[in-house]
Amino acid sequence: MPSATINPTRQELNRLKNRLRTSIRGHKLLKDKRDELMKQFMDVVRENRELRRRVEEGLMRAHGSFTVAAALMSPEMLEQSLLYPKQSVELEMTFQNIMSVDVPRYHFHTNSQDPGEIYPYGFAQTSGELDDAVDAMSQVFQDMLRLAEVEKTSQLLAEEIEKTRRRVNALEYVKIPQMQESIKYITMKLDENERANTIRLMKVKDMILQEALEAKREETARAIETFGENGPELA
Amino acid sequence: MYKIAVMGDMDSVMGFKALGLETCPVETPEQGHEALQRMAKENYAIVYMTEQLAARLQADIARYKDSLTPAIILIPGKEGSLGIGMANVKNAVERAVGADIL
Repeated sequence: MPSATINPTRQELNRLKNRLRTSIRGHKLLKDKRDELMKQFMDVVRENRELRRRVEEGLMRAHGSFTVAAALMSPEMLEQSLLYPKQSVELEMTFQNIMSVDVPRYHFHTNSQDPGEIYPYGFAQTSGELDDAVDAMSQVFQDMLRLAEVEKTSQLLAEEIEKTRRRVNALEYVKIPQMQESIKYITMKLDENERANTIRLMKVKDMILQEALEAKREETARAIETFGENGPELA
Repeated sequence: MYKIAVMGDMDSVMGFKALGLETCPVETPEQGHEALQRMAKENYAIVYMTEQLAARLQADIARYKDSLTPAIILIPGKEGSLGIGMANVKNAVERAVGADIL
């Protein structure tokens, strides 16, 4: 249904045709964008699931060892052992552009490369389980960073896909049919006007001819009347 | 230079301290709310949060879902996984595709 406010004019028609052309082009581009985003998204999500499973498993193991360590040591000792870390992590963040979505890439470096450095305590007064726990955590940490990257990426991509999908649908099912309908309406209206105009001209022409004919006839009749009486006399 | 923080109950986050991560022991949702707001303002790139805490901070997490930083990543706390993390992955798929296709 064309909206009530459109003017059936040639200018409006041209404007609408241009808009329709742009919309169709935009629709095609957005559709391509959606498909490509979807492809990327599926890869990211698969990796996300896999990583999450690994991280959760790893962390559960670490927590298990931790609980045992906490049971073997006094809470104060445990806290004291972990209070001052030797290790520190520095994180750099850069951005990668996936189909105009900025996603984060993390790069981290630890300030000491020695893997033995992760234990911030002396071995004499702590339980071996604590070593296990810390070790398990440091192992899972790589995956945790990657998980952060992948999970954020998948969230951002999901948002963008949702937006793009809405746009594609709005164009495909609302805007483009609406414009086509309006164009059709204007074309019909203009054609109708054109025909009405032709008919009007024909009518006017008929009327003028009729008048001219009648005037002619009257003149002839008058001529016959006047000359008809005097004619024989002259002749 | 960005920072990484771990939020959750004391026992769950203690271990991360050994790795050199910043820990933020939180007992109540209100504390969590405040801590999260502070972290969002300072430049924390990643916030790991235990699922137990996340379950009570849904609104705050949803707010940062579509922003670049901080990335709030759920990890199982010491009581075990609640499956919220996996459910979030599923939600992302549903949001993007319209149906869970995995």
